[in-house]
Amino acid sequence: MNETYKIKVEDLNLYIDKKHILKNINIQIPKNKITVILGPSGCGKTTLMKCLNRLTDLYPEITVSGRIYIDNEEILNNRNGITKLRKRMGLLSQRPYPLPMSIYKNISFGLKISQRRKKKFLDRRIEHYLKQASLWDEVRDRLKEPASCLSIGQQQRLCLARGLAVDPDIILADEPTSALDPMSSQAIEKKFMELKQSYTIVVVTHILRQAVRMADYVIFMYLGEVIEQGPAKELFNYPKEEKTKAYLKGVFY
Amino acid sequence: MIKGLFKIIEEGFFRLIMFLSTCIIVFALFLIVYSILKKGIPSLSLEMLTQTPKGGFYFGKEGGILNAIIGSLYLSTGATFLALIISLPVALYMNVYLFSRKKIVNAVRFLLDLLWGIPSIVYGAFGFTIMILLGMKTSLLAGIIVITLLIIPIMVRAMDEGFKTVPLGLTESAASLGATKYEIAFKVFIRQCLPFVITALLLSFGRAIGDAASVLFTAGFTDRIPTSLTQQTATLPLSIFFQLSSPIPEVKNRAYAAAVVLTFIVLLISILSRILSGTYKKSSIKF
Repeated sequence: MNETYKIKVEDLNLYIDKKHILKNINIQIPKNKITVILGPSGCGKTTLMKCLNRLTDLYPEITVSGRIYIDNEEILNNRNGITKLRKRMGLLSQRPYPLPMSIYKNISFGLKISQRRKKKFLDRRIEHYLKQASLWDEVRDRLKEPASCLSIGQQQRLCLARGLAVDPDIILADEPTSALDPMSSQAIEKKFMELKQSYTIVVVTHILRQAVRMADYVIFMYLGEVIEQGPAKELFNYPKEEKTKAYLKGVFY
Repeated sequence: MIKGLFKIIEEGFFRLIMFLSTCIIVFALFLIVYSILKKGIPSLSLEMLTQTPKGGFYFGKEGGILNAIIGSLYLSTGATFLALIISLPVALYMNVYLFSRKKIVNAVRFLLDLLWGIPSIVYGAFGFTIMILLGMKTSLLAGIIVITLLIIPIMVRAMDEGFKTVPLGLTESAASLGATKYEIAFKVFIRQCLPFVITALLLSFGRAIGDAASVLFTAGFTDRIPTSLTQQTATLPLSIFFQLSSPIPEVKNRAYAAAVVLTFIVLLISILSRILSGTYKKSSIKF
């Protein structure tokens, strides 16, 4: 396996009850790059991403088969260490789900799950992660206030800070800007461009223009199958498959 | 044209019905409160609130209902506390651990609703049967246990309705931070639904303090304030009942005074819980 690949998925099949949702997925996600999983709504992008940190385990009606390697370590059939696995990935969902506690505690929640920490250490880390998510200046004076008082764009950045705080090496983002206004979306996109220096980022989106702006590597999905994958420039300029061409031309809309 | 007219009449008719129903409810409430206050306030005295019944209390002589006030508070506080210890884990288990097993959860909900509907006298009779079986006497403890059984379904369902509103995304977010189900339940669900939990406590407490039939056989009735769990205890509803069945007008009026006390306690608890849940609502996330 090529060393620059962070995540490798082999022969992944996923069923919800008897329905075949993901069909024979084989993908590779490069390290320290932004990989965009692109495709129309309902094609299984989000489900595929949930396999990566095994959120699928929460639903007994879902059965997954195949193999997922992260840093050459098989994680799908590994019965233990699931919380450890999830901590290696920060998750940003379609709309922000801040925890029902203060801004401060939202971030210390993940830190404290790792292990008990001294207050001084927490204070420093929380400031660091809030700065990383470009939220510090807006909330520095009201860390004790509940997270519910933030605007939705701020909440999404709080969720990013919270995700970073568990010290992951992968960031999973599921249409992270779909509930945000253009300004907040831009802030998130810009942040991702900076963060890819030190993180492997996987973004799910159906917005073609966003994919073009951000992607280093693209995986195009349609109806539960991976149609085409490759470096962004290649795929956008010289798509091989008919379906990819059609999507890029906007025929599916 | 005629169709339009019909629409207007239809709209007006249903609005009238809704308005009248609301009026009836409000009017009935005021009538109840008014009649209790009118008959109760004149008999309400400091003596009534601070003394236990003396020799001739039930013939209109001196004494008060302190035994029933304290007894009722002991009983409902104890029962609410016990029920909380049992109900909270049940409600969390249903919503955090079993949330995707809809059939099991719905079956449990159905059974709880069934239990909710059972008249309290049946609980009383059931408790009484068990007590005979175990050779127990009527006591505060027996009363607490029966009331606990009575309010568990109410409390579980009230909490359950709250926990049901927690979106999947919140569970997934917490899980992706590395939280275990236990941490999701106790750190996220309870925080998010604290207003519901408080409401559930209030609802159960109100039911516990107002119920007469279930304590009739199990807690007994006494003029003394209980000093241990094995002693009998008086309760406000039974105190009202006994005094109201007296032929002496003074005693009858005292029943209304006891009713004022009971209503006042419930009112106080309601206000307290409103304030508390209002405070915690701020930190819940609105989805």
